[in-house]
Amino acid sequence: MNESLRNIWTILKRELSGYFASPVAYVFIVIFLLLNGFFTFMLGGFFELGEASLSRPFFNWHPWLYLFLVPAAGMRLWAEERRVGTLELLLTMPITAAQAIIGKFLACWAFLALALALTFPVVGTVYYLGHPDGGAIFAGYLGSLLLAGAYLAVTVATSAMTRNQVISFILSVVICFFLILAGWEPVTSLLVRWAPAGLVDLVTGFSVMPHFASFQRGVVDFRDLLFFASVIVFSLFGTSVILRGLRGA
Amino acid sequence: MDCPPAIPPHDPRRTRDDRRFDTKTLPMIDVENLIKEFGPKRAVNGVSFTVRRGEILGFLGPNGAGKSTTMRMITGFFPPTSGRVRIGDHDISEDPIAAKKLIGYLPESAPCYSDMTVSGFLRFTAEMRGMRGAQIDEAVAKVAGLCFLEGVLHQSVDTLSKGYRHRTCFAQSILHDPEVLVLDEPTDGLDPNQKHEVRQIIKRMGQTKAIIFSTHILEEVEACCSRAIIIDRGTVVANGTPAELKARADAAGSVHLRVRGVSGDTLKGRLGSLPVAGRVQIQDNGDGSLSARVFPRDKSTRADLALSIAQAATQAGWSFDELHTDEGRLDDVFRAITLPDSVKARD
Repeated sequence: MNESLRNIWTILKRELSGYFASPVAYVFIVIFLLLNGFFTFMLGGFFELGEASLSRPFFNWHPWLYLFLVPAAGMRLWAEERRVGTLELLLTMPITAAQAIIGKFLACWAFLALALALTFPVVGTVYYLGHPDGGAIFAGYLGSLLLAGAYLAVTVATSAMTRNQVISFILSVVICFFLILAGWEPVTSLLVRWAPAGLVDLVTGFSVMPHFASFQRGVVDFRDLLFFASVIVFSLFGTSVILRGLRGA
Repeated sequence: MDCPPAIPPHDPRRTRDDRRFDTKTLPMIDVENLIKEFGPKRAVNGVSFTVRRGEILGFLGPNGAGKSTTMRMITGFFPPTSGRVRIGDHDISEDPIAAKKLIGYLPESAPCYSDMTVSGFLRFTAEMRGMRGAQIDEAVAKVAGLCFLEGVLHQSVDTLSKGYRHRTCFAQSILHDPEVLVLDEPTDGLDPNQKHEVRQIIKRMGQTKAIIFSTHILEEVEACCSRAIIIDRGTVVANGTPAELKARADAAGSVHLRVRGVSGDTLKGRLGSLPVAGRVQIQDNGDGSLSARVFPRDKSTRADLALSIAQAATQAGWSFDELHTDEGRLDDVFRAITLPDSVKARD
């Protein structure tokens, strides 16, 4: 157990330092912060709303923002290993594929968490202007992090499917887009008109939207945690199946 | 029961379990009836061999013969469709982690993480191999010296020339001083000096370890291998010491004689009449000299052939400046074994 944690840690360190060894990390963080600011203050109408809350002006945009940024951050995780051939090196070292998958996933998730943490000035702003509900802000951040994790796990899986980063990016955007649309109100309200209620529930059950929405409202529900955890576990497990398939098992 | 209970009666190891505890003769790499299928295509078809400690096995074969696929199964990258690989005492499919710990592997294209520095990459591998702290510094310094990487340790891998990148990956494979070394074309893309260095390292390590390496360069096999295997279309077609393989060449054992001032017919008549000689070929070299290649009549006359020819030439008063017995060339054996019949006919 100790050894497997050490292996995961070694891989995590390597991946994370890989982000910061090139300008990619800095470009990503700057773009993420700029877009966040733009959406919150320009499109979100933070000041016009006159509420001391981040729920609508800030977190509302995250499912859409992550839709492109998370696949961009994660698309190289396995695709690059496959293209360069280092996959062979990595998987012939004395580690299991699961350790490698988890290490890579956690590295990229930690990177996304860092980018998210750097949005702290927005929290400062809302505290300066009013008296927000701290719990709701915490829940919103937690939900946002889990949302990023779910998208990232999907990206990890699509990244293992191909040696081409662009294909991996497009595939994960499409899948994550489905995860949004299935529970996005304009779509569900169309569905409700003709589909039986059971079907509508089933489809929306796949979506990140209702689960993220409760975090946004400041509610940390076990079922929502379970949803995100199962998307992550399922996708990472899928990744291990894909990797095994690659090696012709 | 006359066998130890640790090994079940149906286990194939049972027949050799007397050897299992003798570390000198214990095969470090034991490959048994390895088969790999990709869809309908069978890339490796029943390959078996063993490599012991102190042995360097050369792995030869045309492109696409299944060399890399076999090596990938030995190192645990590809699970075999059927068959068995044992590294030391561990089965690579049943106990992959323990088996992989014993292996150092250089994949075919010598891949490295290009976003890291050479030292960062080597330190990462050292950590993956379970080393810590001062151990890492020591191991990295040692292989950097061995592979002439000191000058580029702090350079990013993607700024390196091909030779350096190759040696970086090679350094990675010997970093943990593995018992078993699997090298897929270790000298590919290196200049002659670097090739020589890598061969020296392989030879030195081969004294105490089990090494298998694939190559296209046949002199390399003669220079460092204690044994060679030729694989073609997924099956082992030859397995022996380089000398044994060379002896399988057509020209092996024939004697080559170069003379001046003698007519071809005289030469052919005299040499052909020797009781030990078989077929005689005469070739005009174009510079006033003739070359004769005399094949032994049969295997038993091989040893006496050169001496008889030398005596005959001296008696006849021919002036000759070259006389030697051909050992056969690995190239010829390789071609004879691995060329498809249609191509042979065209030649």
